[in-house]
Amino acid sequence: MERDTHFILGVYDDEDVLLHAVEKVRGSGVKIHEVYSPYPVHGLEHVLGYKRSKLPIAAFLFGMLGTSLALTMQFYMMKFDWPMIIGGKDHAAFPDFVPVSFEMTVLLAAFGMVGVFLITSNLKPWAQPRIFDLRSTDDKHIMAIDIANNSSLDLDKITEILNESGATEVNKKSFE
Amino acid sequence: MQVTSSVRQPLVTGGKTYHDVTHDVSRQVEGKPSKLWFLAFLTAAGVLALGSIALLATLWEGIGMWGLNKTVGWAWDITNFVWWVGIGHAGTLISAVLLLFRQKWRTSINRAAEAMTIFAVICAAMFPVIHMGRPWLGAFWALPLPNTYGSLWVNFNSPLLWDVFAISTYFSVSLVFWYIGLIPDFATIRDRATGLRKIIYGALSFGWDGAAKTWMRYESVSLILAGLATPLVLSVHTIVSFDFATSVIPGWHTTIFPPYFVAGAIFSGFAMVLTLMIITRKVYKLEDYITIGHIELMNIVIIITGSIVGIAYITEFFIAWYSGVEAEQYAFINRATGPYWWAYWSMMTCNVISPQLFWFKKIRTSIVATFALSIVVNIGMWFERFVIIVTSLHRDYLPSSWAMFYPTWADIGVYLFTFGLFFTLFFLFAKFFPVINMAEVKSVLKSSSEKAHK
Repeated sequence: MERDTHFILGVYDDEDVLLHAVEKVRGSGVKIHEVYSPYPVHGLEHVLGYKRSKLPIAAFLFGMLGTSLALTMQFYMMKFDWPMIIGGKDHAAFPDFVPVSFEMTVLLAAFGMVGVFLITSNLKPWAQPRIFDLRSTDDKHIMAIDIANNSSLDLDKITEILNESGATEVNKKSFE
Repeated sequence: MQVTSSVRQPLVTGGKTYHDVTHDVSRQVEGKPSKLWFLAFLTAAGVLALGSIALLATLWEGIGMWGLNKTVGWAWDITNFVWWVGIGHAGTLISAVLLLFRQKWRTSINRAAEAMTIFAVICAAMFPVIHMGRPWLGAFWALPLPNTYGSLWVNFNSPLLWDVFAISTYFSVSLVFWYIGLIPDFATIRDRATGLRKIIYGALSFGWDGAAKTWMRYESVSLILAGLATPLVLSVHTIVSFDFATSVIPGWHTTIFPPYFVAGAIFSGFAMVLTLMIITRKVYKLEDYITIGHIELMNIVIIITGSIVGIAYITEFFIAWYSGVEAEQYAFINRATGPYWWAYWSMMTCNVISPQLFWFKKIRTSIVATFALSIVVNIGMWFERFVIIVTSLHRDYLPSSWAMFYPTWADIGVYLFTFGLFFTLFFLFAKFFPVINMAEVKSVLKSSSEKAHK
């Protein structure tokens, strides 16, 4: 039996039971591979001990890039490359450049952040996800435990911990 | 800890479980389309085909096909543009602004409202593109692309160019926001499907697996996109209003335009959402998700924005008088009592008087009354743009060039084309995409319905 491709799955059907279960299971020294849910469960990332996402920083940096690009482009085109008097205004009519700069800030921030999100989460049309349980996109929360990562505990012990934590089912799943 | 409020009504009625949510929404995608859907789709596609004759004639012959003359150089094209853009404001407002305000009732209507936004913006963008006359060259006039004139760049002092940036940013950011929300729901459909459908929705779902880490990032992305989309949605109609407000035409040269246009956009957008949702909930039997409570809340938004619009109309009149500028005063007197008095009073009746009926609880919780008034509001908002644009232009400073605007068959046909396009796209969406955001509805199910787990 190849241990590195085998998982024990705890199936939960209530988000509050799940949150307590994650705490209990981690408290018993079991390392959780990941929890799969049909909808975002608030507080799950805290009990799993995940660090805050850095996506806001990505969005900010891309936004700044958008502002700088937009301002550079407008000043270059209107002031230096082909200056023209329009409506008696200064060539470098900063207030007129605000709307386009704002729009480009939003555009780059949104696209940059979403791009980073898709790449870091490995979301792409040709991705082949490992589906632990088809009900994890319907109505069940699936807690996956990688047996290889918990070699100090035997399977019966992990099963017992899961059952005690409120799992409605405990299943096994193997991937090739 | 979840708290169930004893004061607020549940957002989802009928004691739905998580699986019921999946089933009720997915079965529309999985089942064979009904006869009613085919009838509706074919009608929309027929209008699209009919309208495309006018569109092709306009592209072939040029915009001389329209009823424009040298006095009224902007008429139905820009009226329809502003009207559609306005309608396109509700979706992002519902999903972004209401997300920031933590209004959980948005969850069952945001998907369809965002789809409506995207389709309305496509229809809106048609008009300035067609009005270019030779749209295949338009990229050089609208975008800062290097060209053989120097390069002679586009004019960044012009609000028309700001519009290019605003509308294209709004369209693409709304599309991304909508698609990110669709990914988990496509995964739900994928996991219920077999064969070809599994392959198609598998690709559409981008390999979503619902991992807690991905959900955490997803929540972060949604919140920031909402934070970006909120000023964006306000900026779009502000910039559309700059097209008029930065000019020196009496009747357009008004500092009140940005907030007044934004309120009007929300007003007409919510009305269109109601028109579409009342049909969708009936045809798809989604009465437990889009409840009378949802309709009532949207009607309240309509009263508020309708009243803001009403105050704006009165303020414009007052300022015209108070400014002491004769041309400005004449523009407004002419609006109300000149040859286009019927358009002005249609606008006043539809936009200012009719939404006040929603103060009566009986009316704002009646589906028939809401449906009728939602259409009245959109007729009124079309007249608002027509009044602002055509009545301000048709009697300019030189009385010898005063003129009236008469639409030709091509004007009407191109407008019909956009209706056909809008409804064709909406019906395709309603058949092939989950019309309700299942993941978000599930996330509010427990706190809003005691029966979710029984």
